[in-house]
Amino acid sequence: MSGGQPHERGGQPHRLIDAPHLGYGAITAAIADPVQRGGFGRIWAITLLCMLPLVLLTIGAIGAVLTVGIGLSGVNTTVVWGFSIANYVWWIGIGNAGTLISSMLLLTRQRWRASINRFAEAMTLFAAAIAGLFPIIHLGRPLYAYWLAPYPNTMALWPQWRSALVWDFWAILSYLLFSILFWFTGLLPDLATMRDRATTRRGQVIYGALALGWRNSARHWRAYETYHLTMAALAVPLVCSVHSIVGLDFAASLMPGWQESIFPPYFVVGAMFSGFAMVVLLAIVIRWGLKLQAMITPAHFDAMAKVLLFASIVMAFSYATEWFTAWIGGEHADRSVIGYAFSGDYAPLYGALLVCNCLCPQALWFARVRRSLPCLAILCVLINVGMWLERILIVWNTLSHGHAISLWRTYQTSLYDLAILFGPLGLFVALFLVLVRLLPIVSMHEVRQLARDEGAAR
Amino acid sequence: MTTPLLAEFESPEALIRAWARARDEGHRAVDAFTPFPLEELAEAFGPPPRLIRPAMAAAGFGAAALLYALQWWSSVHDYPLNAGGRPLHSWPVFLLVPFEVGVLAAAVAGFAALLHSCGLPRLHHPLFVMPQFERASQDRFLLLVAPKGDPAPLRALLEAAGARLVAETHP
Repeated sequence: MSGGQPHERGGQPHRLIDAPHLGYGAITAAIADPVQRGGFGRIWAITLLCMLPLVLLTIGAIGAVLTVGIGLSGVNTTVVWGFSIANYVWWIGIGNAGTLISSMLLLTRQRWRASINRFAEAMTLFAAAIAGLFPIIHLGRPLYAYWLAPYPNTMALWPQWRSALVWDFWAILSYLLFSILFWFTGLLPDLATMRDRATTRRGQVIYGALALGWRNSARHWRAYETYHLTMAALAVPLVCSVHSIVGLDFAASLMPGWQESIFPPYFVVGAMFSGFAMVVLLAIVIRWGLKLQAMITPAHFDAMAKVLLFASIVMAFSYATEWFTAWIGGEHADRSVIGYAFSGDYAPLYGALLVCNCLCPQALWFARVRRSLPCLAILCVLINVGMWLERILIVWNTLSHGHAISLWRTYQTSLYDLAILFGPLGLFVALFLVLVRLLPIVSMHEVRQLARDEGAAR
Repeated sequence: MTTPLLAEFESPEALIRAWARARDEGHRAVDAFTPFPLEELAEAFGPPPRLIRPAMAAAGFGAAALLYALQWWSSVHDYPLNAGGRPLHSWPVFLLVPFEVGVLAAAVAGFAALLHSCGLPRLHHPLFVMPQFERASQDRFLLLVAPKGDPAPLRALLEAAGARLVAETHP
């Protein structure tokens, strides 16, 4: 960050490249060398070691819930959904943002995406994979998870196609595989670079095999661009549909506070909001850890912070719409759930949600905040906490305060709940640490192109 | 039979100038190898890839139709189940799964078509033995041109355009 200081006063030579001159070779070296020439120090190893207990905790907690049963978590006969569902929505939200950001910025020709798209997409892969675990944990009978797939079976049964769980299955499966392809396609030219720079036989063989023989030929590039752009055009509706389906898990029910037509779009914006916050957080850490100050510049953070601010305003508007429709609809149960959110058992959490998601991000109106990395980091953590609270409260408020008054109960959080909340965070960080050690975390070919367009490579 | 020449340039601008001159002199530019796509060369080496988008469309719509048919047949004919009086053929919700699967099928088919258009996977290629070829994925811009007749004038042209190294390829 020290290198960025003078430029924040307007001395940055290029808008998106924070160095007077940055040649193609220098870009390649800055991104590829930490991976291939051992630029990872003790901090990397220590962080990875610190994450291992959390990884073990995740495995242990999931193993316990799968073997003993769903009763280990705090669910009861009234609040039948709990942390698993909230975690699922939160993680798939983060998972949706990477591909959404990357593809929307590609389609709208936002060139600054070059520096962030790779790890945003990697974030998608890991987050979507982690998200996919939670419905299985929550199934109760996880050994029958494969019944969601349509296959000829001796019981002559078919999946219930009208069930939200079946939609989730297809949405997660399609989205995960699609994201892997999208990410791998963008990675292909960079894998060729890694192959060509590898100094060991093992590196040459592994990166060479993964690069599939990519030659950087003009014909290759043309086919690549055609496919990549088409994938981006498909990714935007896919991502929106995936998180809309998550919204439909709630909206297709008959519960007060859930049965709202605003849910799908409101979930999509929420996903973009928390996911973008996670991207900013990762960008801050990666920029510092891999010394990529020249390529991830204050201008990048400024642009991302503006998106966060916009999403925060849309979220505030969505909450207000929820309250307004409950009031104007006149349905007693709906009004009662809103009243319960503000004054019931979980009211302090609801207040915290509104502060984290709607109030704090308003600081981003100020350019000084948008360009201050410590402020941004704090805001991004707050946003993600707020978004998690939003998801758990959607579950808790409605289920604790449904139509049948005699069933009203609160959720009793258990230690297993906390383990499957915090454990996967460590798993996510550990996966990311392994990734930055093996693959270029910033798209080299796109930054080279950016350097040419910005005139920084001459 | 003359073999194509591979010329190495330091900047995309030099490569584009050399390509334009070689083309004007009647030589045949075969391909360029650059660390990122050059917009100026998009039309230079033949027609755009024709296979990728149609393949994606066919696979996408095909898979979606197939899945819709499966939903319809399994819930109307093979295993009719009355769930709360809803119609057996619940077409609005039957659109969700075909959409997801259609997009996935389009992506997979497009990737296969991409590999097919590029002639990949092909882990080795004769060009990989050329000097400086490994720089094409890093910081050098290579142009492959087949000379019209005698290679000497083409070599001179490329060198005048700023090529650092001009090498003969071995077919």
